[in-house]
Amino acid sequence: MTIEELEQVAKSVCQENDKYDFEVNVCMDLACMSQGADRLRDALEKAAGASGKNILVRRTGCMGPCSSGPLVRVDPEEHLYHHVKADNADAIVASLGGPPVPELQCDLNDHFDRQVRVVLENAGHIDPEKIDDYIGRDGYKALLTALTEMTPNGVIHRITESGLRGRGGGGYPTGLKWGTVAKASGELKYVVCNGDEGDPGAFMDRSVMEGDPHRVIEGMAIAAYAVGASKGFIYVRAEYPVAVSRLTTAIREARRRGLLGNGICNTPFNFDVEIRLGAGAFVCGEETALLASIEGKRGTPRPRPPYPAVSGLFGKPTLINNVETFANIAPIVRNGGKWFANMGSERSKGTKVFALTGKIANTGLVEVPMGIKLREIIEVIGGGVPDGHQFKAVQTGGPSGGCIPAEMLDLGVSYDALMAVGSIMGSGGMIVMDDTSCMVNVAKFFVEFCMTESCGKCIPCRAGTAQMFTLLTRICDGKGTMDDLDLLISLCETIKETSLCGLGMTAPNPVLSTIKYFRNEYIEHIVHKRCPAGVCNIEAPAAVSAEVLA
Amino acid sequence: MGVKTLIIDGQELSARAGQTILEVARENDINIPTLCHLEGLSNVGACRLCLVEIKGSNKLLPACVANIHEGMEVVTNSERLKKHRRVILELLFAERNHICAVCVSNGHCELQALAQEQGLTHINLPYRNPALTVDASHERFTVDHNRCILCMRCVRACAEIEGAHIWDVMGRGIDSIVITDLHEEWGSSACTRCGKCVQCCPTGALFDKSKIGSDHPKYPDFLPYLNLMREAR
Repeated sequence: MTIEELEQVAKSVCQENDKYDFEVNVCMDLACMSQGADRLRDALEKAAGASGKNILVRRTGCMGPCSSGPLVRVDPEEHLYHHVKADNADAIVASLGGPPVPELQCDLNDHFDRQVRVVLENAGHIDPEKIDDYIGRDGYKALLTALTEMTPNGVIHRITESGLRGRGGGGYPTGLKWGTVAKASGELKYVVCNGDEGDPGAFMDRSVMEGDPHRVIEGMAIAAYAVGASKGFIYVRAEYPVAVSRLTTAIREARRRGLLGNGICNTPFNFDVEIRLGAGAFVCGEETALLASIEGKRGTPRPRPPYPAVSGLFGKPTLINNVETFANIAPIVRNGGKWFANMGSERSKGTKVFALTGKIANTGLVEVPMGIKLREIIEVIGGGVPDGHQFKAVQTGGPSGGCIPAEMLDLGVSYDALMAVGSIMGSGGMIVMDDTSCMVNVAKFFVEFCMTESCGKCIPCRAGTAQMFTLLTRICDGKGTMDDLDLLISLCETIKETSLCGLGMTAPNPVLSTIKYFRNEYIEHIVHKRCPAGVCNIEAPAAVSAEVLA
Repeated sequence: MGVKTLIIDGQELSARAGQTILEVARENDINIPTLCHLEGLSNVGACRLCLVEIKGSNKLLPACVANIHEGMEVVTNSERLKKHRRVILELLFAERNHICAVCVSNGHCELQALAQEQGLTHINLPYRNPALTVDASHERFTVDHNRCILCMRCVRACAEIEGAHIWDVMGRGIDSIVITDLHEEWGSSACTRCGKCVQCCPTGALFDKSKIGSDHPKYPDFLPYLNLMREAR
């Protein structure tokens, strides 16, 4: 497909859409589907057909506020309806062309106004299973522009200029990584997309893969052109069947259009993508474990160096980036590196998608510019803590992240700022906790997760996480001592410094950060044998008889 | 292959490019404790005992896999490293049931020797005391999982040297366990009965049935020799 043909398709998509007077977009993300979005869509299509109006009913990716689902947006008026049931279909269709349905209207202006959508720009606007919808919104333009007008070095330069850093959590400069792979010698190179999102409470990558799969494929193709690779793998966890099916459809459609395969856009550039499924191991999100898993081996990490950029998949130079990183590539190539670098903070550029979960009013997916204050995300965009409870802490970065207390809510979100307070950016999970959460119990929960997900290869992570769990269980049961607390801290330091991979290195973060900011809760459990939040089940100490005292 | 110079524990040394820190240190009689490393097998960097400090970097590197480079300054025995090594050994002792007094390897055990060398006098961490099995189905050897430290030497020796690959790991994290074939009994597995794994095992986890008491020294030194002779052919 050439640029002219691409523009022709985009034009015909617009003409096709113009035929309709109204567009009814139904969010068909997993969260909305589980609340009956598919039945709703059938009802809407039936009602639209019967109404005689010129209506397009379209399924889309995630619109954001998942807790308000199922969501429906009516264009061109941009009315957003929440908690829509199949029974409401007739009312919505009848209201088209007139005033909106008042009881379904969703007032989330604060929620949307503060967001900046780059990665999620198409989510909620296109049908993820239709490549034409994506092309209609400038899709694959960046790839064809790069192929026909830019050198591989020029592409890398643009990415470097944008200041984009890896969105999987590490925050390694993407341009630098691409440059390293491009310089690595070897005929055969690979591009791998890490879609093994395993953090509890995180669903950014799933929503991108489900809502806008072509964006990931386009990003990978541009990366492949830049580093000189001809083969790509998307590693998706098997727990994401909808993402897998939409990616499969997307790859098939892209091949059919000649956007994947040999001689793309009449250039000598060849690139094709295959999907590989994870088998449920969290550690396979670690890059060397992921590569071992793709090779068909046991998914355990190996020491680096050599880095995958030099010796990766099947021993060949391999570029491995996260889903969200690849999703940022096409807009950067289209709009230029400076455009991207203008957003965000000093050392963290662009936007970041966060999955807001826990004790917060607007659970769901948000995209904000880097540097935004945590307070703004939680109180304004997230709508604050519901039911009159007090905010206590926010946990960022999944099981490897730390808990940030209320005093630090004015912290600007960036890789370095979060690291400085003992947490990490991670892939973007954000779990809000209120005064009903016991921080010792929270630490225990995350340590238990790391313990069961440790691969068992290196001793500090294998035995250390199990020991942390034992000590935390003791404290939660009211059987801990102050010596246990010191032992726990000393153990955490060793695990952090000596573990083989990121899982072990960051596993103590929830423990260390809760001890740092909520030490009094640990003391309450240990000394006074009580749980301030009333979560831990501590048996009352046996009454001491007067005789013993005497 | 160029020659590089570097400093380990204050000693100025020369080494061939491509050597690991551990190789250079051992050539020069500098002791770096190891457990999963065994000369003649591939390195996995899993036991984390050989971690060393590199001047100018906060990250600790495993000496068994980290290559030397020109002018690097290595510290192998700082207080920080000693503390980490003791905690790692403690973690191992508390993980399974290591009872030296009744072990065939008592006096010949690498784990025991390391504990003595690192001055480990007692264990602070709670003992886990897991209930693990012993497989004595093999006519010549026994595997006692209570004494296994999951160094994977048996797995590597069987796969890389013997070429049989009957050993592997099952499960993950704290529940990991070495298995023969697809978790068959050792006695009915495809084992070639060569006994290399037994000689490579650093503890009393794999042992020869003909040995009694604590009379079971192990001799893994044949591995580098075997490799050398194979290369020469």
